[in-house]
Amino acid sequence: MDALISQLQRQFRDHTISLYQQGFLDDQFTELKKLQDDGSPDFVAEVLSLFFEDCVKLISNMARALDQTTGAVDFSTVGASVHQLKGSSSSVGAKRVKALCVSFKDFCEAQNFEGCVRCLQQVDIEYKTLKSKLQDLFNLEKQIIQAGGIVPQVDIN
Amino acid sequence: MQYQISSTFSSNPQSLFSLVDMAEVLRPEMLDISNDTSSLASSQELLHVLAVDDSMVDRKFIERLLRVSSCKVTVVDSATRALQYLGLDGENGSVGFEDLKINLIMTDYSMPGMTGYELLKKIKESSIFREIPVVIMSSENILPRIDRCLEEGAEDFLLKPVKLADVKRLRDSLMKAEERAFKNLMHKRELEANDIYSQLKRAKI
Repeated sequence: MDALISQLQRQFRDHTISLYQQGFLDDQFTELKKLQDDGSPDFVAEVLSLFFEDCVKLISNMARALDQTTGAVDFSTVGASVHQLKGSSSSVGAKRVKALCVSFKDFCEAQNFEGCVRCLQQVDIEYKTLKSKLQDLFNLEKQIIQAGGIVPQVDIN
Repeated sequence: MQYQISSTFSSNPQSLFSLVDMAEVLRPEMLDISNDTSSLASSQELLHVLAVDDSMVDRKFIERLLRVSSCKVTVVDSATRALQYLGLDGENGSVGFEDLKINLIMTDYSMPGMTGYELLKKIKESSIFREIPVVIMSSENILPRIDRCLEEGAEDFLLKPVKLADVKRLRDSLMKAEERAFKNLMHKRELEANDIYSQLKRAKI
């Protein structure tokens, strides 16, 4: 069992480090982890889950606002949703999503339709990628615990 | 607290004996005004914070930050709901809300409908709640915005994402203010008790 636990812990550590190194996560995610404890063991998963719900809702708002078939595009409506997404992504440490929102906001302000559509597609891909990677991470955590091991504290620096 | 101070004295001569009892209790050396105010938080309620934010993610986050910092938390999703909670929405008047003990209000700046700035103004206009410190949170570092909020009486302006250190700093400064108020009150009571005791002694009771 120990060999299995060690292997899982190693995978967990490697996966975590790569998420930071590849820019998916930043310091704010580390802060979230610090707020988790035995009394609230699912805090990070819960916040991230709310974040992904936000992504679905806001991206759908943006898509609707960018739909030219209903008339002229209201860039301020798009911008409002982008601003909200930027806020949530910042609060959970979703670094790449946040960076995309910054560019997206610029395109909204410039009323650049193609730029906005491109950002919308990218943000959609990006949040789904993050979601999938975090799911892998949470699964590893679960497996470690089920095997009777402790989830390691990973020092990013 | 290990003693009870009554500041009401009956002027009825038949209550002379109760005055004697009172003199015993109020002898200065019997008052145990301890310097230990750690009981302040445990005997009273914890600091109660009202947090206002339209973002689900941020509500969850600020709630956790506050719980981890040993605060009691009430979270609402809009300025309107905050006003309802405080009884300032004009529906019920403020009757019955004088007992609502809120030590701090933390609100997001940009919210649909009423902004955090407008909420701040409404709170400062209220005779019951104007003394409650209001902290504004924002993801944008806009100096004129910060100035405007501070001018309107905001206690502090925090950049999002809010840090645990920010919350701890706020809580510590609030605890110090409560501690000071508590000590002032106890000192005042001690002076009153001294005064009464002297009067009673002079009356040779």
